[in-house]
Amino acid sequence: MRGVTAKTGRALALLALVALGAMARPAAAEVPKPKLPPAKGEKCVEPTEVMRRKHMAYLLHQRDDTLRRGIRGGKYSLRECLECHVTAQPGKPLPTYGSPEHFCSACHRYAAVHIDCFSCHRDRPEPEAARAGGPAPADGLTGRTLPARTLKVLGPVEVKP
Amino acid sequence: MKPHVHFREIEGRSPGYYALLGFLGLLVLAGLVSALYMEIEGHWVTGMSNQVVWGTPHVFAVFLIVAASGALNVASIASVFGRLHYKPLAPLSGLLAIALLVGGLSVLVLDLGRPDRLIVAMTHYNFKSIFAWNIFLYTGFMAIVAAYLWTMMDRMGRPYGKPVGLLAFVWRLVLTTGTGSIFGWLVARQAYDAAIMAPMFIVFSFAYGLAIFLLVLLAAYRWTGRPLGDGLLRRLKNLLGIFAAASLYFVAIFHLTNLYAAEHAGVERFILLDGGVYTALFWGGQVLVGYLLPMAIVFSGLGRSRGWIATAAALVVIGGLAQMYVTIIGGQAYPLILFPGKEVSSSFFDGVVADYAPSLPEVLLGVGGIAIALLGVAVAVRVLRFLPEDLRDELVEAQAAAGGEGGSGTAGGERPGGAAPEAAAAPGSAG
Amino acid sequence: MSATDTSRRRFLTGAAAAAAGLAVAPGVFLMPLAQARRAGEPASSDVRWGLLVDTTRCSDGCDACVRACKEENGWEGVGRPRTDAQWIRKVKVRDPRTGHTQSLPLMCQHCKHPPCVDVCPTAASMKRADGIVLVDKHVCIGCRYCMMACPYKARSFIHEDVHDQRAHAPRGKGTVESCTLCVHRVDAGRVPACVEACAAEGGGALVFGDLKDPSSEISRRLAAHGAEEIRADLGLDTGVRYYGI
Ligand code: SF4
Ligand code: SF4
Repeated sequence: MRGVTAKTGRALALLALVALGAMARPAAAEVPKPKLPPAKGEKCVEPTEVMRRKHMAYLLHQRDDTLRRGIRGGKYSLRECLECHVTAQPGKPLPTYGSPEHFCSACHRYAAVHIDCFSCHRDRPEPEAARAGGPAPADGLTGRTLPARTLKVLGPVEVKP
Repeated sequence: MKPHVHFREIEGRSPGYYALLGFLGLLVLAGLVSALYMEIEGHWVTGMSNQVVWGTPHVFAVFLIVAASGALNVASIASVFGRLHYKPLAPLSGLLAIALLVGGLSVLVLDLGRPDRLIVAMTHYNFKSIFAWNIFLYTGFMAIVAAYLWTMMDRMGRPYGKPVGLLAFVWRLVLTTGTGSIFGWLVARQAYDAAIMAPMFIVFSFAYGLAIFLLVLLAAYRWTGRPLGDGLLRRLKNLLGIFAAASLYFVAIFHLTNLYAAEHAGVERFILLDGGVYTALFWGGQVLVGYLLPMAIVFSGLGRSRGWIATAAALVVIGGLAQMYVTIIGGQAYPLILFPGKEVSSSFFDGVVADYAPSLPEVLLGVGGIAIALLGVAVAVRVLRFLPEDLRDELVEAQAAAGGEGGSGTAGGERPGGAAPEAAAAPGSAG
Repeated sequence: MSATDTSRRRFLTGAAAAAAGLAVAPGVFLMPLAQARRAGEPASSDVRWGLLVDTTRCSDGCDACVRACKEENGWEGVGRPRTDAQWIRKVKVRDPRTGHTQSLPLMCQHCKHPPCVDVCPTAASMKRADGIVLVDKHVCIGCRYCMMACPYKARSFIHEDVHDQRAHAPRGKGTVESCTLCVHRVDAGRVPACVEACAAEGGGALVFGDLKDPSSEISRRLAAHGAEEIRADLGLDTGVRYYGI
């Protein structure tokens, strides 16, 4: 419960701060430009200029296609964004969205744009070991091998062409 | 000069008035902070769980929404059924309807898992969902009642009074049907699967709405020192008794028909016999406190005292909350029947009665909803002319005899200070 | 016959060949069931995914499917059973007259006429063309009406913050979730994690496949032995069927 109250307390304090800030806004000091961590891939799915302005529209459109219509393999995938852009500094773990070193976070903090994505989506690439459930092999077969007993249990699959 | 019922804002400068505003304001604040707390931590800090997904906030919210449509009844009795004695009370009735609805909806929205996505709820509709329909029913209700108030309070709107009043009446029936159907259509839940749910909710709404109306009326006239006739009160309290009796009748029918359906026998046993707190709340809260005691009060000699009338109304409100608790939470606590006739058990509470205890933030949020409604009324009667400044029986009678004209219909449009009863209206501390 | 159908058949033939190949190389078995949909192709209503549970092969005490689902979709709880999510659970059914007990997994039944979808105010609860019922968490407002409506208690509300979700299974506080039939796997031509685990470590009680394809294993089994729906009286036409209840 301690952690809980502290969390609510922090939120309330933040609220009070925001209220105060709104009342007495100091002369805006220049906010430093965000330092974006280096990306892994060679180039983005669109030119940087385009991505900067349109990434949200691409993602929004494709999310409905993927989830509601079941269209896979689209060009704009949040997961792929993270694969490339969320990289670890040497000797550090992968940054989470809560950290200013997170690619998305860095910019969104700068632009003061609140996003919802990471309240549900994973905010960084999955570790290699955890990817068994990840993208499927191209041939559509699972890579996992199962004991021979399985065949007995399932019975042979005979299908007429 | 013909006697008139005149409407006037309350003065609202007394320390008592400000104390009332401050008190209600605090309750609203407590409700909002609770909602924020539940939102930030997540619902695990409440009594709610994956078995009881709608908790105390829903008890208050649904109660307020149901009461809202019932509060409009006084106005409907006057305009739709031509009972002109009630006409001077119509504006307060409309105001209360809107305020209660706003209070109830606030609670409902603040209890969402993602209240921040309210905008989504307003831009994505699934027209098959009774919930989505209700969004329209509620907003439409507010708009229509607002128009109705306009016909009562403004000379320009007067000619439309009758049709708009009728529309408001029909709409409120549909609205309560919609609210009742939220439960009635949950076929899988043993406790709710009944067509009688919707009409039963309409009857409940009559009682709850009138009870709140009476409480507000009594408080307003006592605190402002304005005169209020005993004859008018007698009509209202008798009506309350009748609504309580009708509710009891429907509840009896509901449970009797359910008892006949073998598949509902289990849940009936649960509510009526061995459901622990739910059984206690049903018999002690809903039936005794909510129906029998108020009926005993209003139909006996006690009903002549204002204190007792207020008590009866308060009991109806408490009984109403108990009813909602039994219906909403009791209905969920009783396990879903997956395999009729068999016993089930699992790691997910299958086959066992779910435990639920209201948590403080939930209760505060619910009470905050009531406070929102009352605060709205307290402010509105100060800035607009909702309350007749004199409701002595002679005046009401005379006005009703005159066909209701010149009373509630025009009072708002009449400039105060015309035949002005300013001097006569001096009594009391004016709130 | 549609192009999809043809290609699926062709694929299944290949699968049969693979299975046949297994006889020569025991110990290795690849579990193909369907073909991965090509990129850009939407889910099709020519397919209806279903799951057959052979309760005669399911034993009390085995929870391989539940563990696999937890791992696959990352819904391991925080030790608060009242509020922790449960996409799939093992239910013990006992007939009080005979004392006969059974054990079976229960999850979203992927109803053809899903009450959760009917009641959802924002259409966040939705049924894909191929019959998989999902929650679109982008528009779920957390009203929990769907949980009230579901006859199987198949849905969970996320009661607290979630971190470290699986990349393919987003989930977050304030929204509702349930079994997705491992939609991410199915779209890639694989079977759900529970089916795989049940075959590997459990009793092999789960069969996944296309209910609309008469030659699929699930259809053939259903044709041969039949199966029941839980609460069939509600007329929801569930995609998950139980044999032996
Ligand atoms: S089992 Fe429940 S959650 Fe799943 S589709 Fe049916 S009603 Fe919806
Ligand atoms: S909780 Fe979400 S999915 Fe369920 S009915 Fe509400 S909006 Fe729809």
